[in-house]
Amino acid sequence: MGLSAFLFLTKNLNLGIDFKGGIMVEAKFSEAPNLAILRDKIDKLQIGNSEIQEFGDSNTILFRLEKIDDSNMTQEQIIQKLKNELDDDTDYRRVEFVGPKVGKELKSIAIKAVLFSLIAMFIYIWFRFSGWQFGLGALVALFHDVLSTMGFFSLTQIEFNLASIAAILTIAGYSINDTVVVFDRIRENLVKTDRALEELLNQSINQTLSRTLMTSITTLLALLALFIFGGEVVKGFVSAMMWGVLIGTYSSIFIASPLILFFGFKKVEEKS
Amino acid sequence: MLKINKWNVFFVLAVCLTAIYYIIPNIYGKSEVTALPKFLSQKQVNLGLDLQGGSHLLLEVDTKSVLKEKSEDLVDDIRKSLRKSKIKYSNLGSKITGAVVTITDPEKITTAKNSIKENIEKGILIEESKNKLNLFFSDEYIIDTRANTVEQSIEVVRKRVDESGTKEPSIQRQGEERIVVQLPGIKNPERVKALIGRTAKLNFHMLDPTTVELAEQRGKLPPGTFKALNADPTAYEKQFVVKKRVLLTGERLKNAAATVDAQTGRYVVAFEFDKKGAKKFAKVTTDNTYQRLAILLDNKVISAPQIREPITGGQGNISGNFSPETANDLAVLLRAGSLPAPIKVLEERTVGPSLGIDSIEAGKKALVIGFILVIVFMIIRYRVFGIVADFAIIFNIILLISMLSAIEATLTMPGIAGIVLTVGMAVDANVLVFERIKEEIRSGRSILNSIDLGYKFAIKTILDANFTTLIAALLLYNYGSGPIKGFAVTLSIGILTSMFTALILTKLIVTFWVLKLKPKRLYI
Repeated sequence: MGLSAFLFLTKNLNLGIDFKGGIMVEAKFSEAPNLAILRDKIDKLQIGNSEIQEFGDSNTILFRLEKIDDSNMTQEQIIQKLKNELDDDTDYRRVEFVGPKVGKELKSIAIKAVLFSLIAMFIYIWFRFSGWQFGLGALVALFHDVLSTMGFFSLTQIEFNLASIAAILTIAGYSINDTVVVFDRIRENLVKTDRALEELLNQSINQTLSRTLMTSITTLLALLALFIFGGEVVKGFVSAMMWGVLIGTYSSIFIASPLILFFGFKKVEEKS
Repeated sequence: MLKINKWNVFFVLAVCLTAIYYIIPNIYGKSEVTALPKFLSQKQVNLGLDLQGGSHLLLEVDTKSVLKEKSEDLVDDIRKSLRKSKIKYSNLGSKITGAVVTITDPEKITTAKNSIKENIEKGILIEESKNKLNLFFSDEYIIDTRANTVEQSIEVVRKRVDESGTKEPSIQRQGEERIVVQLPGIKNPERVKALIGRTAKLNFHMLDPTTVELAEQRGKLPPGTFKALNADPTAYEKQFVVKKRVLLTGERLKNAAATVDAQTGRYVVAFEFDKKGAKKFAKVTTDNTYQRLAILLDNKVISAPQIREPITGGQGNISGNFSPETANDLAVLLRAGSLPAPIKVLEERTVGPSLGIDSIEAGKKALVIGFILVIVFMIIRYRVFGIVADFAIIFNIILLISMLSAIEATLTMPGIAGIVLTVGMAVDANVLVFERIKEEIRSGRSILNSIDLGYKFAIKTILDANFTTLIAALLLYNYGSGPIKGFAVTLSIGILTSMFTALILTKLIVTFWVLKLKPKRLYI
């Protein structure tokens, strides 16, 4: 967790145009272009800072252009200039433009979505398990998942965009799913046995362990198929999801449940 | 006690039939589906713009400019009414939303106020302090003006998009002053965007005989004129001196079309005025014969022809330096009318058709392979129960797709990812049940009893666990945009169908199997 926070703070997220604003063009050439020559060509156009990289295969190039606010050119003109420079038979697979205003809005929407879902899950668990310790335990585990997924994005420099937010929320949902299953068993065992709380938690985790692993494996199998065959567009999203499934499984076992102990949950509370 | 519930069987059969009913139309193409017999469903899953290719545009209408214009008009109105009632004034000027004026003689302030009041719109309020009159737009007036401006803009944009030949466009208002335009399967987005974005205000003025060079020598323009650029920067005449007075506007046009001029062989835009416009045009051309007309589009001169003879038929040609495309575009713009306010593109997402097709292929492949991986794994791990779970997965996908068709949801690439993910997660409910059954058997219960208890205990966990995922999916739907919404939809429906298949369908199958075959040991 600390490492993720550190990564997140020191190595910036590679923000996509969804949040930063700018222009993105995915173009497929009839033959693999020389990146250096291409870069030179684009620099000469003077259409602001640009980034050029291969996307999936060597024929497909992703252009990312920063749209400067005070430039007199509209985004249409910039895109047109870029297109004029490239061969006529180029296949423009994707053209995206996000204005600075919309970028800011999307950013605040994304933050809201993540925060609200964390709060909603916290409240649900609190009520459902009648103990704030459960809610808080789950919440900390969730924070851990969100933070380490952000850390994953910083480390790999995979573009952080709206799909990444979807990945984070799905991971949160998935991880809380795991946590709930363990908590559920703890609740059940609380009524059934007179064992000490530590032992009881341990027992509950063990009882649910095989299910937790099974589901993680099948989910990972499905994600693996998406990662290999699903195409370049969803690759970032899928790799974040895979990471999240691993981290979510781990967090519900090693973080959420022990934290209940840490927060001083007493068996008496539940029984009364 | 474990037994087969008749109602459950009935329920499952009903769900199966409904699923089949809704899934059938998806086999056919879009055009074939309308030819299906009436008793069949004709609802299909829609493909999102990212799968079928197309453009998504978020536009913003600059309603402030309309309010500014209205403020300037207000200044004119004040000037007129004060002159009419011969009241002296000073410091007349416009504000962002309204105008101010100082009345020289404080005694006449009430008369001034009343005379102005007669000439202005209802929603404009007047406040007086000492000898100053402060005119401002009421909140209602501002809201109405903005709403009207956006409404009109949507109308104009719709006409332009329709004229450009885009099939099944969707044009909707979003928030206060935004418009979302969706253009599926569009071939040349740049051109349509250029069409949508143009204000296209057409005005007819007279050209002042003074040339720009002469005006520059004198150091000032003749009174009542302004300098306008030539729309064609390559032309010989770069600038014109144009008389300020607007003789006719594009609003009076009845029709416009691109044609080839019979004499010159060049592309021109032929236009036709309505009755009132034709009358005015006849008068203008009669009064100003042999002078030059100036046709301005968005304050740039597109044509400045000499009037050779009075034109009484209300028809004419605009002969700029047109290509077939630009002539056609101008005709489209003139037919659709001008935008009441400038429009800005805030966001654009265009996907080419090739990427869409590739994405569908990739999605299908990932779905099939992910499916096979999970199915094989489940059989290896749970044997007979694995087969039951696999049956649940297959049924789950069928159910999911049929529900997506029933609500005519839009399938996007993240949406397909959601389906694949559902395949992986859908087994979760089954796994929970199976593991529980296994445990109960281990603790020495009978097979029937274990199965019964397994379902009983697992159901609570399944509901709790899935509900939290549903929370995440709903929030995603609420906050996400296009493609992400598609993901949220498939994920939430996937959760619901997986609960159904695990708790009702597989329970039925397992019960049926155990009761009929009475196995002595469960290999689970």
